[in-house]
Amino acid sequence: MAKFAFNLNGKKVSVEADPDTPLLWVLREKLGLTGPKYSCGIAVCGACAVHVNGEAAPSCNTPIMLIEGRNVTTIEGLSEDGSHPLQEAWIEEQVPQCGYCQSGMIMFAASLLNKNKKPNREEIAEGMNRVVCRCGTYLRVRKAIEKVIADNE
Amino acid sequence: METESKEKTNALISRRNFLKAGGGVAFAVAAYALLPELPVADGNAPGKGELVEQKIFAWVHLRTDGRITIYNPAAEMGQGSMTALPIILAEEMDADWSRVRIEHSPIEPQVYGRPGFGGGASMITVGSRAVSGYFDGLRIAGAQVRQMLLSNVAGKWKVPVAELTTEPSVVVHKASNRKISYGDIAEFMEIPESSPSVSLDQLKDPKDFRLIGNENVPRFDIPAKTNGSAQYSIDVRLPNMVYGVITRSPVYGSKPRLLNEKMIRSTAGILDVVVLEHGIGLIAETIEIALKAKDKLVIDWSEGAKAETHNSEMAPEEYERIAVDRNARGSSIESTGNVASAMKAAARTFSADYLNDHIYHAQMEPLNAVVSVAENGKSAEVWAGSQAHDSARASVAQALDLEIAQVKYNPQYLGGGFGRRSTSDYVVEAAELARVVKRPLKLIWTREDDIAYGMFRPMSLQRMEAGVDKTGNITAWKHTIVGTGSRLLASGARNDFYTFPNQEIELRSVDHGIRTKHWRGVAHGPNKFAIEAFIDEIAVVQKVDPYEFRRRHMKEFPRALNVLDTVAMMSDWKAKPKPGRAKGMAFGERSGSLCAGVCEISIIDGKIRVHHFWAALDAGIVVQPDNVIAQTEGCILMGLSSVLYESITIRNGRVIQSNFDDYQLLRMKDVPDSIDIKIIPSTEKPTGVGEAGLPVVGGAVANAFAALTGKRIRHMPFTADKVSRLLKESE
Repeated sequence: MAKFAFNLNGKKVSVEADPDTPLLWVLREKLGLTGPKYSCGIAVCGACAVHVNGEAAPSCNTPIMLIEGRNVTTIEGLSEDGSHPLQEAWIEEQVPQCGYCQSGMIMFAASLLNKNKKPNREEIAEGMNRVVCRCGTYLRVRKAIEKVIADNE
Repeated sequence: METESKEKTNALISRRNFLKAGGGVAFAVAAYALLPELPVADGNAPGKGELVEQKIFAWVHLRTDGRITIYNPAAEMGQGSMTALPIILAEEMDADWSRVRIEHSPIEPQVYGRPGFGGGASMITVGSRAVSGYFDGLRIAGAQVRQMLLSNVAGKWKVPVAELTTEPSVVVHKASNRKISYGDIAEFMEIPESSPSVSLDQLKDPKDFRLIGNENVPRFDIPAKTNGSAQYSIDVRLPNMVYGVITRSPVYGSKPRLLNEKMIRSTAGILDVVVLEHGIGLIAETIEIALKAKDKLVIDWSEGAKAETHNSEMAPEEYERIAVDRNARGSSIESTGNVASAMKAAARTFSADYLNDHIYHAQMEPLNAVVSVAENGKSAEVWAGSQAHDSARASVAQALDLEIAQVKYNPQYLGGGFGRRSTSDYVVEAAELARVVKRPLKLIWTREDDIAYGMFRPMSLQRMEAGVDKTGNITAWKHTIVGTGSRLLASGARNDFYTFPNQEIELRSVDHGIRTKHWRGVAHGPNKFAIEAFIDEIAVVQKVDPYEFRRRHMKEFPRALNVLDTVAMMSDWKAKPKPGRAKGMAFGERSGSLCAGVCEISIIDGKIRVHHFWAALDAGIVVQPDNVIAQTEGCILMGLSSVLYESITIRNGRVIQSNFDDYQLLRMKDVPDSIDIKIIPSTEKPTGVGEAGLPVVGGAVANAFAALTGKRIRHMPFTADKVSRLLKESE
């Protein structure tokens, strides 16, 4: 066990864990931030996505030792009151069904729009391709992202 | 045990009043005693003190400030029942929807169940039956609440009930120009000993609906699903909680012998090792310790389980033999007329075999549950996401030798169900581990566990044979289904909306000893694929437009015909598609709903690419139109995923795929440019919408492929490999 300090949703936190403990378990089970979800455990489905230094990244196989000193944002920290334009568009377009992948969807979408204010359809598909939704909400995910882009114009 | 528990429930609910409603049973209950048992979903839940003063109805809690809580009896797995069911009640109650909040109901099937399959009351959420199953009962319950509100006001104002009307959450007496809000009525409301009787013909005329069919009523659960606050059982954290994992039989039926128990037990943080019939359970202080130790388990598995004999890649050969075996006798699904003589008399006959592989549910939330067993073993508490919360609760009670009433059950959101979560094996496992450790325990299946010990939609072969008369119409129809999973292969095989005068539909079962399960739409996926692709083949060979050919056989079914005509119009069926593209059509019914779909495809880089999908749906009265569209979009996309990519391989009983890297699912890049869905307006009773869009996908894509290439693709999934093999074949 060792101590690791990082910034989480704008606040300094420090946790004790084995260095190879995945960030996801630290967030969910030690720190109680259950927005990021466990689903595949091998970083191929995106349900566990958080922002690390502003960029969407899976947290399920990222060891906590690599997070030392970094800035981590989870869905809980994306906005103070769920009012990020993507979150509002998600409600407007009634995107979620079971909802389990949606934290990952929103975190990837936010990261995409941070890098590219006006992605086209292909760029949206490319940017969102790492998140799997079994309920099939992809159309509405795309619609919600396109709504935010249109609102920004 | 169950009987005893029923008696207890009966004693608890002394004012129960059953009402016969449209062949079902509606429950109108004054359930004062039940409410303190309600799961506390947030800080706003009523405290006990408040309960004494408030007037409570089993389905509704009306507060004096006008807030209304409606209890949802169905599992919420993404399909929207948590909103749709309360809307039905609120409609007849004439509740102001902006003041309604929704909570899960207690898991008491005698109160909150709907008529189950066995005749008893059940809370199982399967087969797209929540809205259709609860519709009449909830309307009556809502009307009863409204009736009670009216008679209380009539008594207070000394006016006849008949002079009173309602606006959302307000009772109006026009003659004296008086109004009173529901909240104010709650201040003096008396609930009668027995609920007022309301019959179906006293309910609202559908044209007066304010909430049912209103496109602007959003889903209740969605905001919490955009900010991380929606709670699934995997999110539950309790003081002193420990973690459980299990390594299960790699071949179903094999038994474990742990070879390195000492080493595992001596691992820091490992609290216990539990030998189960079907695996080795580990209990640990943290999830990461549990998972690391799981990787180190050395288990000797017993040999000789039946499943060892199953090799999914070889099975089709066996199925073909069984399909043509004249002596083989299966169970009959349909037998009308005389197929043998109709085949003999036919002007022309056709036959083709269709195949589908095993597929996996792939619900995004892996199976898990949290169970806490009291130190003295005399009670337990469960947090689980299940499609059958009632049987999950009963199964835990049974596993722990408790009465059902001794198990407190907290229903959670499901991160996907799709049929997998109607079996409660994972909840019982959590109870088995929790009983050992006597601390709250969270059991998590890894994704690898979820696949390796999966329960699959079974593979099958469909042998299709048909004969047509001189006019080209189908007169003889023979459909032989061969595969494992028994009745799981039967749904959707009937042709209730085509007129085929002579039909034989038969199921020939092979038992491979593997785990199989309902999967969204059950066998409608494979069966409708075979039926619709075969109809298309027969039409095209005879140079008849497949749409016109379907119409000819659908004449007697105007609702089905309307659905078909609607999708033909939406997709501009007769128009010639762009070069390199082609359209395909299919029809299917599921859970009473009728759906027709058309897709337009091309082949890009050797892969089928679906550009557009159109679907028309007749589901009777639609409670939440936007959600029905969302469900149908989801069905089409999940359908495409299964039709284009998904396949589970089993070799000697072992599942070869292990995670989402080798079990491919549809992703954003595969999503069509557009999906257009039209709901047919209707005042018929509501039918199921959670699966109805899925069965048409296989046929529509296969038929578009044939229109594009002239080749028939008859084995799902339609992978790039199969496409390239077919395209290389000479004519």
